[in-house]
Amino acid sequence: MSLVLEDVKRVANLACIEISDEEARSMLDQLTGIFCLIEQMQAVNTSTIAPMSHAQDVVQRLRMDVVTEADQHELFQSLAPQVEAGFYLVPKVIE
Amino acid sequence: MLNSSLKQLSTLLEAKKVSSVELTREFLRRIQVLNQEYNAFITVNEEMSLNQARTADTMIASGVACPLTGIPIAHKDIFCTKGWLTTCGSKMLSSFISPYDAHVIERFNKAGTVNIGKTNMDEFAMGSSNETSFYGPVKNPWDITTVPGGSSGGSACAVAARMAPAATGTDTGGSIRQPAALCGVSGIKPTYGLVSRYGMIAFASSLDQGGPIAKSAADLALMLNVMVGFDARDSTSLLRDQEDYTRDLEKPLEGLRIGLPKEYFAEGMSDDVSRMVDAAIAEYNKLGAKIVEVSLPNTKLSIPVYYVLAPAEASSNLSRFDGVRYGHRALEYADLNDMYRKSRTQGFGAEVKRRILIGTYVLSHGYYDAYYIKAQKLRRLIAQDFAEAFKQCEIIMGPTSPTVAFALGEKSSDPLQMYLSDTYTAAASLAGLPGMSIPAGFGNRNRPVGLHIIGNYFSEAQMLNVAHQYQQVMDWHTRMPDITKA
Repeated sequence: MSLVLEDVKRVANLACIEISDEEARSMLDQLTGIFCLIEQMQAVNTSTIAPMSHAQDVVQRLRMDVVTEADQHELFQSLAPQVEAGFYLVPKVIE
Repeated sequence: MLNSSLKQLSTLLEAKKVSSVELTREFLRRIQVLNQEYNAFITVNEEMSLNQARTADTMIASGVACPLTGIPIAHKDIFCTKGWLTTCGSKMLSSFISPYDAHVIERFNKAGTVNIGKTNMDEFAMGSSNETSFYGPVKNPWDITTVPGGSSGGSACAVAARMAPAATGTDTGGSIRQPAALCGVSGIKPTYGLVSRYGMIAFASSLDQGGPIAKSAADLALMLNVMVGFDARDSTSLLRDQEDYTRDLEKPLEGLRIGLPKEYFAEGMSDDVSRMVDAAIAEYNKLGAKIVEVSLPNTKLSIPVYYVLAPAEASSNLSRFDGVRYGHRALEYADLNDMYRKSRTQGFGAEVKRRILIGTYVLSHGYYDAYYIKAQKLRRLIAQDFAEAFKQCEIIMGPTSPTVAFALGEKSSDPLQMYLSDTYTAAASLAGLPGMSIPAGFGNRNRPVGLHIIGNYFSEAQMLNVAHQYQQVMDWHTRMPDITKA
C-alpha cells in the first residue's frame, strides 16, 4: 500500500489541520518513509494473538454516582478565549 | 552544595545549616546565570518558589518535615501546576495558567518541596531531541552544540548543569531515559500505572508515565517515594501498598542474573556506546552478578508498533485542542470549522501535526485493523518476549540510546532517523515495564553514555538497588560538565 497526496489531504481534513499543496507534498514524502517502516509489522502472522491495550490486566473501577467535583466554572472559564454568561462562545452554526 | 545528594541537602536543612529559602535562592541564581545559554526552563517564578521555600522552612522549624521538605525540584512543563504557566512546550498552551495541580504536583507540594521552575520539553512530549519545543531547543551542558535528548530534555539538562537537585519527567517511548543518558544523569520510568497521569498533559495515554530524573539512584528512590501513589482520578492508576523505594539500595548483588538481549547487541549501536556498556556489564560481573544471554525476538518491531500506537492515541487526545475552552484560538476565521482548523494549524508545530496525521490515518476507516489492531497484537508479542526473558534473569541491560548526543539540527529534518533514537527504550514502554538509565561513562568527544536497566513489573526497588551498587563502585554519576561562568 502506498500513500498518495489525496490521502494526506483527506487525513488533514479529518484532523482539522490546514495544509497547503506544498506542505502536503513534503508531508507525503515523510509519511511514506514512516509507513515504509510501519509496514514491517505486516510480516508477522498475528491471527491467533489478542490485541493488548494495556500493560496491566485491570478492570475499570466503579464509584458511587455522586457529585465529586466542586463547581469551579468561573475559574475554568477564565481561561477560555470567549465566554458570556457562563457559556463558551463559538461562531454561529445554525442560521 | 550543587553536587550534594538529596539526602545530604535534607540533612543540612534538618540541622538548620541552610534554610530552604537560601537553597532556593542559590538554585534560582544558578538558573538565572545559565538558562540563557541552556534554555532548560520555560518558566521561573522567583516569588512563587520563595513562598514555597518559606512554607518549607516553617514545616522544618515545627518538626513536621518529610525527607524532601525544602528541596527545590524542577518540574517538566507537562505537569499542570496551579497558578503557573503550563505550556507543554506548545504555542497552543502558551498562555495557559493552570487552574489546578497534577496529582504529582499535589504530592510534591504535600511533601514540602519547592517548585524551582517549569522545564522545557519537546512539544506535547513528541520528540527525542527537545528541538520541537515552541520555546526553542535545549542545549546539552556537556556540549552546547548537541541536543540534550527528549522529550524531558529541559529536566535532564537542569539536573546535569546542577540548576536543580532533581526534576520530574515523563516517558512515553523513552522520554525520561534517553535524555538522562544523553545528559549523563539518572532517570527512571516506573511500571505503567504507578504514577498518576491526572494533570499530566496527555500524549499517548496507554504509554505515558511520569518519573524522576536525578543525579543518582539513591536520589531517584527518594523522588519515587513522593511520586508513586494511587489516584482515583486516573482510571489506570494502580491501587497498591505504598513502598519505600530506598529499602533495598544497600543489598549486595551476589547471585543476581543480568540478561543481555542478543538483539540489543547485534547492530545499530555505535562503537563508543558499545564499549562503555560492555565495561559497565563487566563491572556488574565483578559485583557478583551472573551475565546470561536472553532473546527479545520482536525487538525490531517496537519502533513500528510504537509509531502506530502513540500517534493514534495522540491524534485522539489532541482533538481536545479546538480553541473553545482553553488554548490558542485564531484571531480571524470564517465559521466554526474554520476556527477549529485555523486554531489548530496555528497552535501546533510541525512534529505534532505529523503525528496527528499519522494517528488519524491509522485510525481511519478501512485502516484500523491493518494498523491499530495489528500493532496492539504485536504489542502483546513484545510483552511476551520480556516475560520469557525474565524467566532467565531478574534484570535486563543494554544501551539506552544507540549513540551519544547528536548535533543540534542533525536529525531534525529527518523524522525517521529521529524516531530510531527510541530503538532500545520503546519496547519496555509498550510492555509497560519499568526502565531506567544511569551514567556509564563517556563516548566520543566526551559525551555521556547511558546504561539501560529494565526490570520486571513493580521491581523498581530492585532496579534502584542494582543501579546504586554500581554507583558505589563507579563515579560517573558524580561527574558534572565544566561550567565555569556559574
